[in-house]
Amino acid sequence: MFGHGEEVRPPYANYHDWVNAEDLRGLRKKSSEAENYFHSTGITFNVYGNEDAVERLIPFDIVPRILSSAEWSRLAQGIEQRVRAINAFIYDIYHRQEILRSGRIPVSLISRNKAFVPQMMGFDPPGGVYTHIVGIDIVRTGENEFMVLEDNARTPSGVSYMLENRETMMQLFPELFSRNQVRRVSDYPKNLRISLEACAPPACAGPPVVVILTPGIHNSAYFEHSFLADQMGVELVEGSDLKVVDGRIGMRTTRGLFPIDVLYRRVDDDFLDPLTFNPDSLLGTPGIMDVYRSGGITLANAPGTGIADDKSVYSCMPEIIEFYTGEKALLENVPTWRCSEADSLAYVLDHLDELVVKEVHGSGGYGMLVGPAASKKELKSFSAKLRKHPESYIAQPTLALSTVPALTRAGLAPRHVDLRPFVQVSPNGIDICPGGLTRVALKKNSLVVNSSQGGGTKDTWVLAR
Amino acid sequence: MTRLLGKTAGGLFWMFRFLERSENTARLLDAGFRIALTRSDAAQDEWNSILTTTGTQDIYFRSHERADRKLVINFLLRDKTNPSSVLSTIEAARNNARAVRASLTREVWEATNMAWITIREALGKPVRERELPAVLNTIRKHSSLVRGTMHGTMMRNDIFDFARIGSFLERADNTARILDVKYYVLLPTASNLGSSLDNVQWETILSSVSAVRSYRWVHEGKISASGIAHFLILDTRMPRSLAFCYGKIDDNLGYLTRDYGICHESHRMVNSISRSLNMDSIDVVFENGLHEFLINFLVQNAALGTQIEKDFRFYE
Repeated sequence: MFGHGEEVRPPYANYHDWVNAEDLRGLRKKSSEAENYFHSTGITFNVYGNEDAVERLIPFDIVPRILSSAEWSRLAQGIEQRVRAINAFIYDIYHRQEILRSGRIPVSLISRNKAFVPQMMGFDPPGGVYTHIVGIDIVRTGENEFMVLEDNARTPSGVSYMLENRETMMQLFPELFSRNQVRRVSDYPKNLRISLEACAPPACAGPPVVVILTPGIHNSAYFEHSFLADQMGVELVEGSDLKVVDGRIGMRTTRGLFPIDVLYRRVDDDFLDPLTFNPDSLLGTPGIMDVYRSGGITLANAPGTGIADDKSVYSCMPEIIEFYTGEKALLENVPTWRCSEADSLAYVLDHLDELVVKEVHGSGGYGMLVGPAASKKELKSFSAKLRKHPESYIAQPTLALSTVPALTRAGLAPRHVDLRPFVQVSPNGIDICPGGLTRVALKKNSLVVNSSQGGGTKDTWVLAR
Repeated sequence: MTRLLGKTAGGLFWMFRFLERSENTARLLDAGFRIALTRSDAAQDEWNSILTTTGTQDIYFRSHERADRKLVINFLLRDKTNPSSVLSTIEAARNNARAVRASLTREVWEATNMAWITIREALGKPVRERELPAVLNTIRKHSSLVRGTMHGTMMRNDIFDFARIGSFLERADNTARILDVKYYVLLPTASNLGSSLDNVQWETILSSVSAVRSYRWVHEGKISASGIAHFLILDTRMPRSLAFCYGKIDDNLGYLTRDYGICHESHRMVNSISRSLNMDSIDVVFENGLHEFLINFLVQNAALGTQIEKDFRFYE
């Protein structure tokens, strides 16, 4: 909210005036109203192994994170460029592999990559789209510095929070929306349906039938799956509701099997088709990959997109962007050391107490080391792990992450945030929803925003002007 | 035309069966409690017959010695080993609602979710006698909220049809069970032939289906065995009578037949059951035996449920 001195940054000016006139008790009351609202709408995530509280709320902070129109358009350009490059990269990897031939990135990044799906070689996905939905995690390190922390090209989640956080804010503070011109996010589900329909497979005869595939009611993101199905007006299915018949995928309806065209799947590659991937999986639909390869269905996102978003490929993104777009990357990467490389490993081991070390395939903030916050003992045991499996880790500097005010017991106080905008890709182009999910580290000085580690969320405003 | 998953249709059907069941259990408790307050000598029998009506006496006596008032009340309200307790059924309804979330309007989902949150909290610890009226009131209020949102916001399509069929199948089952458990009260015997029935007994029957007042209206205060049986079995104006429930099931299956363009076996079964409920006089039922009639009805009603599951591929 504030710049280097005490001056209020322009996008926050209006909000600042408003919040100054509010008293803390009133704000705290609104905050508990928000919690009730989330409870009654059932916006929860599932936690396993805890009998009494199997469904929990992600803490919601009632102070919005505000981006000016100019900040957003700069950000959006960078994101668009990046997403374009990601799709071109995946296409190339599953076709001629020019980027590997040119030596711009090491072959081992792909050949040893568990996310590489050989069945995708030489296959053209319907509409030429691999990543129909992408979430790009962004951090801010200065007035004009946005950096990409992570690309999510498999099945990014969190969009329901973006939508429900806005809905909640409009219920709690309608007056704020008449004072500020905030761009709408509520078209996201409708647009997603349109963009998925635009990727219908060759076998699609009539208007495309889109459905969402969920691992089931016990999945931690089930709320989001059912929420999206509801908002998009499509069916929510599980693997057991689907069946391969005559080269198509049918869903079991009250009137028998009904062919579907586009499957927005919220399950990992491994659980898609036991015949192709994980033979032990009970979740998938046997034979769906064959149907996909013969043009009977569209899978969104395409199988094998994971090669574009693990943390060691991430470290090559600047080269990847330049290779496919011929332009310099508009959004910087956070400097990253690949511990698989001897020099980098030596550096990381030397500077462990300054760095953040993450697992290459990890997510959710688990298994990572935040050097400055770690004890001597933790540092020591982590270096042992690093030496043993250097290829499993990357390291990044601890950044001077931007903060945004959050409501605490004592009033508004700065907390670190990141931002995940959601991007839709269709043959008609790339569409970035103006806003996104702002995650906030609610513990003082904490840099970890993951909900599993005490993080919360905020509404994200992009101002119209 | 919607493309409804068989599993979703089944989820809707069961969601509304469970909602109906939780309301019925609460209503039976209410009636039992009222008797206990006014006629302690009749109360003991009443608790036993409530357990019989809800079909839970086996489970109950597995862990209890006798049908003690406090124990029965808590068993019916909040015992998790009792699949028909209010807590179990409201939880089952909400789980089904969660599974079919995308077929419900936001209002119906939120009302169901709030019902679950509120009732679970109200039943979080054993309910004491003086809290019971307030707890039952909460349950009633939340059932009404779900029903209200359902009527006010849902499209009249196959989704609605499956929900309604579930409600009325469960309700018919409940009314028939209440009558069957009490049928001996309604039997004309030497002692009560022509005389009026025991006040307490008839009042329990009527109040367990929320019909004391409407019966008084229709029959101008004249209580008779045939009057009550007629009212609860044949009167198409009484929203918990068997004839009313079957009228509704017939309507909703009829819409499905029309929309889907196929008449399933289940619809034919409904027609045949409806015919047995379409009589001017209840005398025939008494002549052939009320108990036999009700048992036969319960069997057919259950068979209809199974046939609907099959016809519309709930579990395929």
